[in-house]
Amino acid sequence: MSKNIYERPVLRKVVEGIPNKFGSLKRLRPIETIDNVAIDDIINKYGSPVFILSEKTIRETYKTAYRAFSTRYPKVQFAWSYKTNYLDAVCRIFHQEGAWAEVVSGFEYEKALDNNIPGNKIIFNGPDKSREDLIRAINNNSLIHIDHFDELYTIIKLVEELDERPQVAIRVNMDTGIIPQWDRFGFNYENGEAWNAINRILSNGKIDLLGLHIHIGTYITMSKAYATAIEKLAALAAKTFDRFQKTINYIDLGGGFASQNTLQGAYMPATDTTPSFDDYAHTITTAMTAVNFPNNEMPTLILETGRALVDEAGWLAGTVLANKRLADGRRAMVIDAGVNLMFTAFWYDYEIFPVHETSFQSEPTTIYGPLCMNIDVIRKNIDFPMLNKGDHFVIKRVGAYTMTQWMQFITYRPNVVLIDLKGEVHLIRKQEDKEVFRRQELIPEYLR
Amino acid sequence: MRKLNSLAISDNGFIFKPSTGESFTTNEMGLFIIQLLKENKSGEEIINAIMEDFEVDKITAGRDLYEYLDFLKREQMMD
Repeated sequence: MSKNIYERPVLRKVVEGIPNKFGSLKRLRPIETIDNVAIDDIINKYGSPVFILSEKTIRETYKTAYRAFSTRYPKVQFAWSYKTNYLDAVCRIFHQEGAWAEVVSGFEYEKALDNNIPGNKIIFNGPDKSREDLIRAINNNSLIHIDHFDELYTIIKLVEELDERPQVAIRVNMDTGIIPQWDRFGFNYENGEAWNAINRILSNGKIDLLGLHIHIGTYITMSKAYATAIEKLAALAAKTFDRFQKTINYIDLGGGFASQNTLQGAYMPATDTTPSFDDYAHTITTAMTAVNFPNNEMPTLILETGRALVDEAGWLAGTVLANKRLADGRRAMVIDAGVNLMFTAFWYDYEIFPVHETSFQSEPTTIYGPLCMNIDVIRKNIDFPMLNKGDHFVIKRVGAYTMTQWMQFITYRPNVVLIDLKGEVHLIRKQEDKEVFRRQELIPEYLR
Repeated sequence: MRKLNSLAISDNGFIFKPSTGESFTTNEMGLFIIQLLKENKSGEEIINAIMEDFEVDKITAGRDLYEYLDFLKREQMMD
C-alpha cells in the first residue's frame, strides 16, 4: 500500500482583529509553465536562477499600447527605452514591431547602431553625452535631446566644425502636479529657462529644433499629469512659432507609465490601480487634440515608455536554498536570487509563486536572497506556501530594469532565455563565469 | 503532558488553550504528532511512526518534528 503524502506540521496562532475588507488571502496557485514551456525544464537546462522572457508577451503588450494611441491620434511613434532592458534580442523585437531607439549613453547608442537602427531613428537623451558622442550623433542625424546649457554650447561649438545641421529637441521640466517634480533633467518651463534655450538654438540658425521633450517622472499613476504637460508644451510651441515662425515637428512625452507591479507601501494592488494603456492614451490624445498647436499642424507624438511594455514579459525562476526561523519565530525562506538580480525589489512587492503545489498550508514568510547582506530581502512579509529546499519558485513581472541594473556581487549573473512565438527556448545572454572577470582584471608584475 | 492534555483540540485541527483563551490551528500532520505526544511517545518513536505512514525521509521528518515541538513549547502548550 502506498504511503500518504507528507506535509510539514504547522501550528498557527489565530490572531483576532478587524478583518480587512478583502477577506482572507486566496490560495496561491502554482505557475508551472510560461508560454506552455515547463519552468522545471528551463531550470534543468539553463541553471538556477534564470531569467525568462516571453516574446509573445512583449509583442502583445507593444501592440496593445500602439493600438491604444494610434487609434486615437494620427501620428504616433514609440521609441524603445534601452535602459529598461537593452538585451539585443529584446531591443530587436521592439524594433521589428516598429519602435525607434531611445538611448541615454554612448554605450546604449552603440547598441542601437549594432541593432541596425538608422541614426535618424535614434533619440539620444540624458545628461551624459561626451563631445565624441555628440559628434557621432550629429553626423548620423540622430535626434539629440539637449539636457543642459553646457551641452547646448558644446553643440553650438561643434556646428562650426561640422558640416551637418544638428537635429535637436530640448528636454523641458515643469510642474505637472507630480511629486517629486523631476527638475534635474532638462530646462525648466516656469522660470523661463526652456524658452531661453529655444532662443539660443533658433537664433544660431544652424541647428534644427524639431521637438519638445518631457519626462514627468516614473510610475505615474495619474494620467492627468500628462495632459498638464501637453498644455504647457503647446504654449511653448506657440510662443516659438510667434517669434521664429518655426513649427515643432514632434512632442516627446517620455515614459513613466506604471507597470502592474505593486509599489511597497501601496494599499491596493497595482493590478487594481494602474491606469491601462487606453486610460493613458485617452488622456494624452485628448489633450493633444484639444490644445492649439501653431498652424493647426499636429506634431508627431513620441512615447518612450519602457517599464509598462516589458515588465510583464519577464520572469525570474529559481530554487529554494533553505528555510529557517527568525529570532521571533517568524519563518524565513532563502532563495538563490537576491537584490543583486532584483535591485527593483527595494521598491516593489513582487509577486512570487511556487512552481509546484507542495503544501496547502501557508505561513507569513520573509523571503531572503542568497547574499551575505542583511538588506537582501525579496519580500518582507508574504503569506507563502511552505516550500522545501530544492523546490522551484518563479517571480512575476521582472522584465524592466532588472537585467540592466543587476549587480555582479559575490556571484555570476545568470543565463537569460527567450521563449519565442513557437515555444522554443533561446539563450540570449550567457551566464558569466570566472573568465569574464579574469579578462577585465590586471595584476601588477610585483604581485604575480 | 499536563499542558497538552488541557488543550481542547477538534478533529479538524482547531486548538483552544483555556488557560489563556488563545486559539490555534494545526494541520493533519500536527494533529498526528499531538496524538502521539499524548500517548507519551518519544521523539524517535514519533519519527518512526511518521515514516511508516507518510512518504518522507528520516532527516526531514526529524527536522520538522523538532521545529514543531519548539513551537508548542514557545506557546506554552507542552512541558
